[in-house]
Amino acid sequence: MLTQIRRAIILSVLFAVFLGIAYPLVEVGLANAIFPTQARGSITPYGSTEIGQHWTGTRWFHGRPDVDNDEATGGTNLGPRSKVLLNNTKTLVAFWHAQGVNPTQELVTTSGSEVDPDISQRSALVQIPMITRSTGIAPAKLRKLIVANTSGPQYGIFGDRIVNVLALNRGLAALEGK
Amino acid sequence: MAFVIEVALLVVVLGLIWRYLGAYLVAVYEGHLHFLDWIERPVLRLLGIQRDAEQSWKRYLRSLLVFSVVSLVITYLLLALQGHLPLNPEHLPGVTPALAFNTAVSFVTNTNWQNYSGGVTMSYLSQMVALAVQNFVSASVGVAVAIAVIRGFARKRSGTLGNFWIDTLRGIIYVLLPVSIVMTLVFVWQGAPQTLLGPAHIHNVLNGVHQTILRGPVASQEVIKQLGTNGGGFFNANSAHPFENPTGFTNFLQIVLLLSVPVALTYTFGKMVGNVREGVAVLMAMIILFAGTFAFSLAAEKGGNPAIRAAGITSTRGNMVGKESRFGVDNSVLFNIASTQTSTGSVNSSADSYTPIGGMGMLAGMMYDEISPGGIGSGMYTMLIFAVLTVFIGGLMVGRTPEYVKKKIQRTEIIWASVGVLVMPITVLVFTAITVAIPAGRAAILNHGPHGFSEILYAFTSMGNNNGSAFAGLSSNTAYFNIVGAIVMLIGRFGIIIPVLALAGSLAAKEEVPVSAGTFLTATPMFTGLLVGVILLVGALNFFPAVALGPIAEAVLHGRFF
Amino acid sequence: MTARTEMKPSRAKGVAGSKSLFDRQILQAAIRGSFTKLDPRIQVKNPVMFVVYLGTMVTFVASIIHSSLFSWLVTVVLAFTVLFANFAEAMAEGRGKAQADTLRKTRTETEARKLLADGTTETRIRASDLQTGDLVVCEAGDVIPSDGEIVEGVASVDESAITGESAPVIREAGGDRSSVTGGTMVLSDRIVVKITATPGNSFLDRMISLVEGADRKKTPNEIALSILLVALTVIFVPVVVSLEYFAHFAHTGVAIVTLVALLVCLIPTTIGALLSAIGIAGMDRMVQKNVLAMSGRAVEAAGDVSTLLLDKTGTITFGNRMASRFVGVGGTTADELARAARLSSLADETPEGRSIVVLAKNEYGIRDTDSGTDFEFVPFSATTRMSGVNFKGSQIRKGAAEAIKRWVIEQGGDVPTEVDEITRDIANAGSTPLVVAQDQRVLGVIELKDVVKPGIKERFAELRKMGIRTVMITGDNPLTAAAIASEAGVDDYLAEATPERKLELIKEEQEGGKLVAMTGDGTNDAPALAQADVGVAMNSGTVAAKEAGNMVDLDSSPTKLIEIVEVGKQLLITRGALTTFSIANDLAKYFAIIPALFIAAYPQLKILNIMHLHSPITAILSAVIFNAIIIIILIPLALKGVKFRPAAASEIIRRNVFIYGVGGVIIPFIGIKIIDIILTVTRLY
Repeated sequence: MLTQIRRAIILSVLFAVFLGIAYPLVEVGLANAIFPTQARGSITPYGSTEIGQHWTGTRWFHGRPDVDNDEATGGTNLGPRSKVLLNNTKTLVAFWHAQGVNPTQELVTTSGSEVDPDISQRSALVQIPMITRSTGIAPAKLRKLIVANTSGPQYGIFGDRIVNVLALNRGLAALEGK
Repeated sequence: MAFVIEVALLVVVLGLIWRYLGAYLVAVYEGHLHFLDWIERPVLRLLGIQRDAEQSWKRYLRSLLVFSVVSLVITYLLLALQGHLPLNPEHLPGVTPALAFNTAVSFVTNTNWQNYSGGVTMSYLSQMVALAVQNFVSASVGVAVAIAVIRGFARKRSGTLGNFWIDTLRGIIYVLLPVSIVMTLVFVWQGAPQTLLGPAHIHNVLNGVHQTILRGPVASQEVIKQLGTNGGGFFNANSAHPFENPTGFTNFLQIVLLLSVPVALTYTFGKMVGNVREGVAVLMAMIILFAGTFAFSLAAEKGGNPAIRAAGITSTRGNMVGKESRFGVDNSVLFNIASTQTSTGSVNSSADSYTPIGGMGMLAGMMYDEISPGGIGSGMYTMLIFAVLTVFIGGLMVGRTPEYVKKKIQRTEIIWASVGVLVMPITVLVFTAITVAIPAGRAAILNHGPHGFSEILYAFTSMGNNNGSAFAGLSSNTAYFNIVGAIVMLIGRFGIIIPVLALAGSLAAKEEVPVSAGTFLTATPMFTGLLVGVILLVGALNFFPAVALGPIAEAVLHGRFF
Repeated sequence: MTARTEMKPSRAKGVAGSKSLFDRQILQAAIRGSFTKLDPRIQVKNPVMFVVYLGTMVTFVASIIHSSLFSWLVTVVLAFTVLFANFAEAMAEGRGKAQADTLRKTRTETEARKLLADGTTETRIRASDLQTGDLVVCEAGDVIPSDGEIVEGVASVDESAITGESAPVIREAGGDRSSVTGGTMVLSDRIVVKITATPGNSFLDRMISLVEGADRKKTPNEIALSILLVALTVIFVPVVVSLEYFAHFAHTGVAIVTLVALLVCLIPTTIGALLSAIGIAGMDRMVQKNVLAMSGRAVEAAGDVSTLLLDKTGTITFGNRMASRFVGVGGTTADELARAARLSSLADETPEGRSIVVLAKNEYGIRDTDSGTDFEFVPFSATTRMSGVNFKGSQIRKGAAEAIKRWVIEQGGDVPTEVDEITRDIANAGSTPLVVAQDQRVLGVIELKDVVKPGIKERFAELRKMGIRTVMITGDNPLTAAAIASEAGVDDYLAEATPERKLELIKEEQEGGKLVAMTGDGTNDAPALAQADVGVAMNSGTVAAKEAGNMVDLDSSPTKLIEIVEVGKQLLITRGALTTFSIANDLAKYFAIIPALFIAAYPQLKILNIMHLHSPITAILSAVIFNAIIIIILIPLALKGVKFRPAAASEIIRRNVFIYGVGGVIIPFIGIKIIDIILTVTRLY
């Protein structure tokens, strides 16, 4: 029994050192050497391209209506027969209708991470009337901007067709600046 | 269309993994490989173990239990004392005793149920040394048990099942670690961070948003989380989080990773018992159950969310509540089914927000005892318990006392197989019943009505099967859930390992029965069909009443919201 | 070697007296038994039914407290479920008991004529007082008082009391036919028997306790299956108990009576009720075949047998050689030879002689045309080693080649060299040459063949399909053995077999994990019989052989092994089929009961009521009634066994899975619906 315990402790210590410390540290080194941007979280002056932000008002394209909470990620966990979900959704639908926008599902539903950086292409397209009204940019230009920022499925196979909201809004800012 | 190609690609890739990883595992555990002797030899010398040392099932089990207890204690201490330990840039305090206990049990049992929010509770040291280490260790222990059980079938007149220490070590150095080292870099390339820099603080001048972006050594943990079917995410959002699962491609890779070892073990099984087709028969049963559950859930999710419909939005995309835009419905469902059916639990979309029937698909996978293809190692050995039972009932019908892969299934085997099958449903049902009956249990529910019942049922099914996924609406970071949950996870893990090793020990000692035309051949579609039938029937019989009151009741309540 | 060698299916007879499945007397006894078995000490031995038993008590008490028609009906149906299970077991036991009673009558009141130490004085004592080693005298008309060996004399014995066969058999001192069984009757002559059985332990005593099932023990597979059934019972207790709490959470309640009804429907009552009946009936089917299995374990092992050791003589070939061909020599035509050979054999009553007459008639159409009075038959004698006939001054002789050659030369004739060639060829083919000569002339050679029984090849092919290897055991030389083996289609043979080589062969086979069955009758077979997994001793054999084997074949029929294997397989199949059926039934019961339970809480759950049962109450009642009635319906199947046709395992399982698995899922849906309709139409509810 004591032999077993001794073995268990020795092995645990070895694993702690090699798997717990050496392995991730080596990976940190390798990752920062090979993919320095991604390894640090794809951070830009405007935020991480990977992490969704809360875009409000009528000047910007909105992303998913995720709760503005940086740290505790995770969905709302509201079930499909939840009154809260029903009411939240109704509120969002009313907001969009007030902007003259016929919202897509993504624009009224929260994501799984609460930091979803993307929306579908259609979700961007339906927002054009609102953006045009507040910025004066012609719908055609906006449409072009959206198409230019659309990607996926990745490598033609993986995932959905999406628009990165941060990239889209930076494009929008560039259009305005001109 | 892209999704169809993706699924086809998944099948091809997994087919190759099945064949080659399966054969590689045989070589690893049969001791045919020596290229890592330079690691193995010194470690074994340090442990005082001969390279060819063998253990009886009892010694194997005792080593496993001792090792697990020691792992538990070390993990607990690291979590509880993290406030005094280095690599804690945010100066997080020690984890409370109940939560530390629950989390330690959770990771040691390969469950990875998380009653905490990763990024804001755990220091880097805790994530790396306490949790990520257990991601490797609990996975390797699982495979070791599967291999020991396979040896029980493969050996004849043998008193031993291999050596726990050697098996556990080899699983890590030959399989888990090499794959993790390579795949981590792929994940980083796709956008997963791997850094010790601490949170990034952002101020976006465009919209005036101030953001604190949590990051850390995410990629290295992510790979082993999936490969080891652990499921404990770096972040609370788990694989839905863009840092854990940044792209459609990583989503695909994660599915591949979490299915790889459980699937490959069926080849290993077939090869080691001398007939690869025995492994194919078992694999086919897994595929049928997986495909059925997936189709079931996908159809339900495609049907859309009743609350969204009631709010006036009609969409052809299906239910997007709690799902990420980059994955869409198809890839969310595929991922969640793969994740729950491998006892990983690292969902990429909010299980709570699935439609009742969509969520039932995930629940069903766990209710059949996690065998399609099941957790790393545990899927294989649990499946073999069902195979033994199937052969016992079906085999009699050919007019011989039952046998499976040349081993007679007799009294001892039936006793242990019965225990192995009984433990999970009894635990889940009893604890679910207690929890819905007492205030401490009811208080934790987020949603009301049958969905609230589903939350509790899902939680105990998940913990009892060492899955770890959750209808996360449940507020389970309470003393009650931490302690009771830990007990359920321990029973779910060791309540099966103990009988299955006893079963293997009994089988190993037996003589082989030669195959003849009078033998109930198990490498056949007939056996696969019976096996699926037995699994479905046992699962349905145990859980039908509970499911009727949870997801089914919820699904049929047209127009009612709670 | 054996009394009867012809191949025939065993008939039900004698001890295994053919009583129809539902004999009136047995039925009455079984109904009585259904109630006497309600003793909790008996019930507790069957855990599945014990749960029903306890459940009945619970609903009984609940019915008294909250009396309702529904709860009383459930109580009554549950009580009947228990009674039906008891009835099934009592039915199975009934047949054995009836047979035992018949045997007991034989045993009682026998007196023994004990021979005192002086060897001449007799004293009369009660048979039950006889000790091992006592000498008793039996004369014509005496019932042999106990088992023993004949030490002096020869007698014809009527063994019908044991075997049911009325033709008497010869028993004599010395050799393998010296054993006699208590309860049989001496028909002629006088014998002195040395008693070998201790009091109360004679073959007859054991036979009584065996057919009665007095000390029946559960067989290994039965025990394993019982454990599984206990597991399937244990699991449903938390399922049902937790349901109460789940229902409470959904703001509804479930009455205790309903919970018990659900529990009883879910636990495997069908197989639980029939399991012991299946085992007893399996033993009984062996008795029907006139085989006494010393343990249920042996019957089970019979199903697992993968190698059959079969004695050539009597099993594969007829006991005797038969003429198959006439070969003329030196210008004699086959027809002439046949005519002469026939003449020489007309009075030859040996099987070989008769077969020559038959062959001449069948192949050459030679009939009784020239029978007259001037025949003088010369019988076979050990000194001349030939037989024949003196006919119209001519002498015809037939016999072994050497003997005839010598005779012809003595008569002054010549022996053509081709005779030697022909006889050698015949011998090489595994047959026996018989040379025929007339006066100085050798006419030709008759081939006497060991004739393989018709149909045996097909039988072996069937066995092969079932995965059973046949090995022929013979004392013949390897050449002869090979020829017969290939003709009979056995998989292997052991030539020049000795008991030692037989034992070795069994051990070799077992080494490879195979189960071996064999028959034997001689004392020197005893070690092999003991070693074999299924050792069938011929009843005509020695006491030692009977002691060593684990079955005794009262018919002493060499082909019995094949039937024994089939009975073993049938027993296991019946067990598996009813288990599958029982478990598969649960699905329909869930669909009947679950919507009935929760419809109050969630009315929309009525979509689960796929059978469209009338009301929750009729749904639950229909399920429990079906659950009880199915036991009664399946009793004949349990007793008779599932129909067994020899086939490959894959084919058998396909058929049984379809009938009992798929059928087991579908039938209760239909059954429950029908009961629901009856309950509704009769306005019981």
